[in-house]
Amino acid sequence: MDKNAKLPETEEGTILFGVDPIIVKNHYEIDYLHSYAQDSPFFAGLAQKKLLGSCCTSCSYRYATPRGHCMECGAPTEWFSLPLEGRVHTYTTCYFGGEAFLKETPFTLILVEFDGVETLFLSRLVGTEHNEVAIGMPVQARFQRNCKFKATDVYFVPA
Amino acid sequence: MRPVYMITGGITRFAKAHPEKDFRLMVKEAFDYAVNDLPNFNREMIDGTVCSYFSDHFTRQLKAGAMVQDYLGLCPKPSRRIEGGGATGGLCFQAAWEAVASGRMEVCLAMGFETMSRVNTWKGNEFIALASDTNFDFPVGGFYTGYYAMMVRRHMFEFGTTVEQMAKVAVKNHCNAIHNPYSQSPGKLTIAQVRSSPMVATPLTIRDCCQMSDGAAVAVIASEQAAARLCDRPVRISGVGCGTDAMRMADRPHKEVILLPHESAFDYTGLKYPGVHSFRGGRMAAKLAYEMAGIANPRVDLDFIELHDAYTSSEIQTYEDLGLCRYGEGGNFVDAGLPFMPNIDYELSFPNFSQSPRDHIPINPSGGLLACGHPVGATGLMQAVFAFWQIQGTIGKHLGDAALQIPDSRRGLIHSHAGTGTYITVSILERA
Repeated sequence: MDKNAKLPETEEGTILFGVDPIIVKNHYEIDYLHSYAQDSPFFAGLAQKKLLGSCCTSCSYRYATPRGHCMECGAPTEWFSLPLEGRVHTYTTCYFGGEAFLKETPFTLILVEFDGVETLFLSRLVGTEHNEVAIGMPVQARFQRNCKFKATDVYFVPA
Repeated sequence: MRPVYMITGGITRFAKAHPEKDFRLMVKEAFDYAVNDLPNFNREMIDGTVCSYFSDHFTRQLKAGAMVQDYLGLCPKPSRRIEGGGATGGLCFQAAWEAVASGRMEVCLAMGFETMSRVNTWKGNEFIALASDTNFDFPVGGFYTGYYAMMVRRHMFEFGTTVEQMAKVAVKNHCNAIHNPYSQSPGKLTIAQVRSSPMVATPLTIRDCCQMSDGAAVAVIASEQAAARLCDRPVRISGVGCGTDAMRMADRPHKEVILLPHESAFDYTGLKYPGVHSFRGGRMAAKLAYEMAGIANPRVDLDFIELHDAYTSSEIQTYEDLGLCRYGEGGNFVDAGLPFMPNIDYELSFPNFSQSPRDHIPINPSGGLLACGHPVGATGLMQAVFAFWQIQGTIGKHLGDAALQIPDSRRGLIHSHAGTGTYITVSILERA
């Protein structure tokens, strides 16, 4: 046994915001291996400039979002192509946001309604000032050329 | 199920930041207040606990509930954590109710906290938005104020609700809070001040939104036998209800209204429900709680309500879900002066003021989330404590100011709400 054993000293310090009480900077970051699982065809569709919704194989309820099983009856759904034109169901222009989106403010969020589809689709609307947006306004889907396999690969513009 | 009572409660002052206290000490303060307020009661009489806090991201400590349990000296008694977004506190209250109603415990402590000051406001907004679908909603610009702004925009379109009606809710709740020393942001406001404050997400300004907070609250729940032994003014929890809705608000159906006993389908001809303008989960929670408590007409049968006003808009939407007025009439409910305290001067004029005292029902006499703050895991329990003091008639004693005491207050409702209406609880408290 070594009674003079020592842990090595390091050169790192700690960033302090205060000493009474002691408040230290504590960093946290992580990468996930995130699977879209059964919703993957929706994201693959975005790369092909397609917007895929879910249609119930039993009750024919049509969702404007990916949903492997029907919320109304529990049966499996199948994919169908949503129209690329819809209308603004509701909207807002955000002047603040979560930290990840602050640099993008102001941005406009809309829920899109499609003819013959029971539910809505959340997206961004670009190409308008906030006072130019209105409920019922026709909008057209557009797709990013460089697909990121994210919900933001599709966005809407005034039709 | 056995009858269940609340026998004491405590709250820390809610604040933007309490860096001098960690979550364990905040809960301890609220707990000591509750214990000291009940002379015959001590820690040994607690059979177990339920602990509520919302976000592991804010806390950055998994199993934080276990740390509160040991700090309070309650090991090795049973405990577990309750989490359900903004409704975390309300769900915790009902979990304690279940523990006692089932006979599993005679006395159960519900304790909740949140420490939101550990990140900046915009990171905090990001953490909260992680309680929306992270594949489809968060990446598009995840921001709860944005979601609520879209919901109220549709409410305005369907029903003619105005931003001035929403601003009056902010005036009311901040003004009530002037008499509540536990509140984070009391103050006299005008409609013009609410509307001219910084726009967050059209049409909601920063004064239409609650703030982030550090804080804790506890409620002690007991069986009839324990309540009779320990407390000279116990309050009965006579009804509990909970409802849910689809995580993505885009997925909400457009169908028929869930009716309360005092409504008829004729009231809602042509209305598509809930869409994104109403909270189906809130209606379901109210329906179940009213059935259990035997409430036929909430506006007549209740003396006050503490509801989850994370936004001025959601307070108005919630009046309708709770059946205080018909769907679509929430804005007029404000203009008639119905949710205001009769003894407080808000310096507002009410174009359709109702002269009938029977129509009036004070909403958020404490100041609600808008003025008290919203330390998520504590919020629903804070409402329980204010409601408990109201029904006991001890507001003056606990707040050092009796202005918010509603005379002869016998029955009240507390309402806790998560996400865009994904989990909602309603609990009824009444004089034993």
